[in-house]
Amino acid sequence: MSALRDLYQQVILDHNRNPKNFRVMQDATRSIEGYNPLCGDHYTVYVRMEGDVIADVSFTGAGCAISKASASVMSSVLKGKTLAEAEGMFQDFHGLVTGVPSSEDGMERLGKLAAFAGVSEFPARVKCASLPWHTLHAVLDGKSRPITTE
Amino acid sequence: MHTTTVHSGKAGTSAMTGNADQAGRDLLERFEAVRGCRHHFPLLRRRVNGKPLVYFDNAATSQKPQVVIDATIRYYEEENSNIHRGVHYLSERATQAYEGVRVKVQHLLNAAHQREIIFVRGTTEGINLVAHSFGRTAVGAGDEVLISAMEHHSNIVPWQILCEEKGAKLCVIPINDRGEIELAEYEKLLTSRTKIVALAHVSNALGTINPVKTMVAMAHAHGIPVLLDGAQAVPHMKVDVRDLDCDFYVFSAHKMFGPTGVGVLYGVTKLLDQMPPYQSGGDMIKSVTFEKTIYNDLPYKFEAGTPNIGGGIGMGAAIDYINEIDLASLAEFEHELLVYATQGVAEIPGLRIIGTAREKAAVLSFVIDGIHPHDIGTILDDEGIAIRTGHHCAQPVMQRFGVPATARASFAFYNTKEEIDVFLAALHRVREVLG
Repeated sequence: MSALRDLYQQVILDHNRNPKNFRVMQDATRSIEGYNPLCGDHYTVYVRMEGDVIADVSFTGAGCAISKASASVMSSVLKGKTLAEAEGMFQDFHGLVTGVPSSEDGMERLGKLAAFAGVSEFPARVKCASLPWHTLHAVLDGKSRPITTE
Repeated sequence: MHTTTVHSGKAGTSAMTGNADQAGRDLLERFEAVRGCRHHFPLLRRRVNGKPLVYFDNAATSQKPQVVIDATIRYYEEENSNIHRGVHYLSERATQAYEGVRVKVQHLLNAAHQREIIFVRGTTEGINLVAHSFGRTAVGAGDEVLISAMEHHSNIVPWQILCEEKGAKLCVIPINDRGEIELAEYEKLLTSRTKIVALAHVSNALGTINPVKTMVAMAHAHGIPVLLDGAQAVPHMKVDVRDLDCDFYVFSAHKMFGPTGVGVLYGVTKLLDQMPPYQSGGDMIKSVTFEKTIYNDLPYKFEAGTPNIGGGIGMGAAIDYINEIDLASLAEFEHELLVYATQGVAEIPGLRIIGTAREKAAVLSFVIDGIHPHDIGTILDDEGIAIRTGHHCAQPVMQRFGVPATARASFAFYNTKEEIDVFLAALHRVREVLG
């Protein structure tokens, strides 16, 4: 039960119910689709870049509570970050949900992303949490073809 | 714990008494006997996440009774040897045991001949064999292969690949909102271009039991052969391939209380004889020179290489087990579980059952408004309940019903109403956890 409460933390439940930045971005400079063919989670992540800075992030799509909350939290923490900062957060987040936290500094930088720490206890759900991040990573890499978790 | 074993031949006696009370008592007695079989399955005694395991993922794979586990161990401890090769004692013993399983399968399916029973890795390989071997020779440009809208990916993709290769067309029989085949549409799709019909006997995602005997007859009226995917049928009902009159029937041992990695393709001699080999190598040949190879007779023509001997022997033990228990009582009992669970989930707010066919196996696929099946699966797992969540390798079925995925509880005779109560209580908790 406590592992389950760690997974479904209040922050995650709130973001699932009322996701932030859940909209199509008309003036996006880049966007890409990401999906998990095993469970049908499917999102589009939009980004508006201003030089090296992520000026805006939004997403649309559907999936489980973990993936939707992950996309929502991701979109709110990345606004105003540089590409290098975003890359660092991607690595930190990946370490967090796979149970190999990068460094203490990294854990501090995570801020409210730390709510996803409980995911590491549920190996089957790691892909749910990381799908939005992998999708964003592909956007920032300039990829245009949809990405999948498999 | 009960130690009763259900013996066959009891089903139907109650009807003859013409006495409702007596019939009711008979049914209770038979159900009691079915419940007694649970202890044959050692894994069901374990706990998961600190709770007694509730195993409701039987459509994915069934648990194994002790006799199957013992037979497999005994083979490796006492008889392990390669078959069809040696003159030595062990090889002869192993060959005898393995070939004995072929006879068991023949009787299980009521096939006319042993040679019509081909051992494969499972349902998927069985379908691939037919698609490659029969398909490549029978299907040409402009021809059609007919499947239904409720097929598992394993009964879609091999045909799709064949059609792409040959310039043929994959046609799909539509299903209604209950998840039943539209027979009138099916009739219209049977044409001179149709070279084979490939159908699920029972749908893994919806539980629908298809009217396959009627559908085989309809196809045969046009001279079209029919393959039936029996993966979900064989563990739950008596299958008689001659009564169904199908041309091919495939199933996996692991869904019928046997080991993984072994299964059966049944085919009528007339078609198998004409078909070229699927894989080639040892055991499928009579003689080999660098100029020419003469293929072996049926069934060995389709069995290249050393097979899964241990698995095959485990499958034989599973068939013995099924023969000892009364399949008719089991089917009735599973239906009772399905009805009980169906009534129970009706009280869960926002829950919708996907697949409400009038003829249905013990599969309960469902969605809950605003909650993704993955979250349902995780929360149930925390209570020790194993269900399947996702698209069940049947994405077109999900698309037909407009859902990305479903949660699926699938029952076997060793499940109980008490377990369904645990499952229902956990479903009530899902919304509580997700707030």
